[in-house]
Amino acid sequence: MSSTTHAPAGIRETTEGTVYDVTGGDWDELAAHAAKSDDERIIVNMGPQHPSTHGVLRLILEIDGETVTEARCGIGYLHTGIEKNLEYRTWTQGTTFVTRMDYLTPFFNETAYCLAVERLLGIENEVPDRANVIRVLLMELNRLSSHLVAIATGGMELGATTVMIFGFRDRELILDLYELITGLRMNHAYIRPGGLSQDIPPGTVDALREFLKKMHKNLPEYDALATGNPVFKARLKDIGYLDLAGCMALGATGPILRSAGLPHDLRKAQPYCGYETYDFDVPTVDTCDSYGRFLVRLEEMRQSLRIIEQCVDRLEPGPVMVADKKIAWPAQLALGPDGLGNSLDHIKNIMGTSMEALIHHFKLVTEGFRVPPGETYAAVESPKGELGVHAVSDGGTRPYRVHFRDPSFTNLQSMAAMCEGGMVADVIVAVASIDPVMGGVDR
Amino acid sequence: MTGNGNGPHAPNERAEESLPAQQSGDPGEVIDVRRGMFGSRNGGDTSGYGGLVRTVRLPGATPRPYGGWFDEVADEFEGALEEQGLDPAHVIERTVVDRGELTFHIAREHLATAARTLRDDPALRFELCTGVSGVHYPGDKGRELHAVYHLRSITHNRLIRMEVSAPDADPHVPSIVDIYPTNDWHERETYDFFGLIFDGHPALTRIIMPDDWQGFPQRKDYPLGGIPVEYKGAQIPAPDQRRSYT
Repeated sequence: MSSTTHAPAGIRETTEGTVYDVTGGDWDELAAHAAKSDDERIIVNMGPQHPSTHGVLRLILEIDGETVTEARCGIGYLHTGIEKNLEYRTWTQGTTFVTRMDYLTPFFNETAYCLAVERLLGIENEVPDRANVIRVLLMELNRLSSHLVAIATGGMELGATTVMIFGFRDRELILDLYELITGLRMNHAYIRPGGLSQDIPPGTVDALREFLKKMHKNLPEYDALATGNPVFKARLKDIGYLDLAGCMALGATGPILRSAGLPHDLRKAQPYCGYETYDFDVPTVDTCDSYGRFLVRLEEMRQSLRIIEQCVDRLEPGPVMVADKKIAWPAQLALGPDGLGNSLDHIKNIMGTSMEALIHHFKLVTEGFRVPPGETYAAVESPKGELGVHAVSDGGTRPYRVHFRDPSFTNLQSMAAMCEGGMVADVIVAVASIDPVMGGVDR
Repeated sequence: MTGNGNGPHAPNERAEESLPAQQSGDPGEVIDVRRGMFGSRNGGDTSGYGGLVRTVRLPGATPRPYGGWFDEVADEFEGALEEQGLDPAHVIERTVVDRGELTFHIAREHLATAARTLRDDPALRFELCTGVSGVHYPGDKGRELHAVYHLRSITHNRLIRMEVSAPDADPHVPSIVDIYPTNDWHERETYDFFGLIFDGHPALTRIIMPDDWQGFPQRKDYPLGGIPVEYKGAQIPAPDQRRSYT
């Protein structure tokens, strides 16, 4: 140990270049200094692999006793390069990628992306009514399932496992509906630029009515179980406080903003997919805390049920894709022995009778359609807040650039403001009330 | 393009002449000139598409009136800049109305002033910034890197876009974190993926990629990567090596 040098690390010159090592540093001095200080200040890493951090989220907490003095997030553990990948696929293939971003809100990702593509194409008003009704229907089902996961995992992290069981029980009902409608429980790629990949199958309306009946019975159970529960309230009230000024500065939207009393909802402010024609309320509370966010989510689920009921009544027969054959996928999909694919009738037509149809099918599937140059920003109100898509086209068959403004990413920034100065156990509650999904945060 | 008998430039000029005149008179921002098809660069393209030349233009400046509330916002914005002793023509490089959206292209040295004005002026009051998105246009010489901001006014229920550009050689843009604190992570993300340096950001470090990552992955010259895979006996190249129709 060198007592003369205070260099932070040893430095040796070798034939391979300079080698730095930690021997010969002043670590003893540092350790002695740390041992002398009498405070209980420690830095704790929570995550990225920890059951109560909502996925691979790393929280770096500076703790003085039980109090959090500083809190920071480490993110990026679930980065999959979706935005970059989109630039190497056709516009239609894009939905297959974006549905995987925030994996709890696939229909919102798909719809936001498709709205952006449709605006770039200038076909916003040509999307058939039936496609819009089904989009709204799926988005509201998705809002229910996302909020159910938020409440369920939030409950689990408090030790309220019954809330979790209830949440996942009801989410399963919704996943069954997804499976019936799209064929998949997640990663659907069901909403496509111009409309939908296929129509809803027969029996969907009956299944929806059955589901509505069950949900009307199940939803009050959360009220009975949690809303008035003194333990639940004691853990959530005044925790994760973020007032309106804080929300605006940090760009927090969704239930966080509405728990601060501002009834801002893009479905009302900037309606899309015909939301202006549905009858629903935007719930708010003015508590600015985790409990308020729980109440907002619960009420939003009731409002979603209202919208779904209206959707079911509005389902009129009709096309689900724009009429423009230059954009609409040429084949109706059908279930074959090897999974979902082009319908046999369509194959017969293009292979046996119409060479032009074959050429057209081939061009559209391999090359895709061209989108006029320009940029646009389409936003939808996802269960977490404003989900924005900035899409740029260079006139080609592939997106030039697509950026997702994911609400989880933006909302997660407010973690520090919500947690600093609070107790370490309340960090879990505050993060759960933000409801971040790392698939959306890291993309 | 050596495989083209007509010479590479002749068809280009003719094509330019035969195009209908743009409505606005502004030909728009040329971001690239593409030649050929299917990504072939070495003259081996025998498809006959080798002579194709396509100029890629983004929509150019729009003459007034812009329509709807766009004129009101533009008037208020220009007026508020004048009140601060600034020439709007120097701050706003160009105003574009396209697909029902209003875009102000801002000179980068005035970005902070413009953002503060848009946020604080009661008639503008864009209180919510939805972050920044980077775009890389390698063919747009001197303006390769763009930073695009979307500002939402909840008070007036409006949305506008603010766009600044920086050359690849000097990738600096002022940070607006002190005006919109929400841009903290967004600017870090854009730095991480595009190498745009936001001057004045409190801690501009990588956020998504690992700290020691080399390069900026979302730039157009950064390869996607991937390996060829075999499917039913055929070699399928990696996505960025496949034939493209640009």
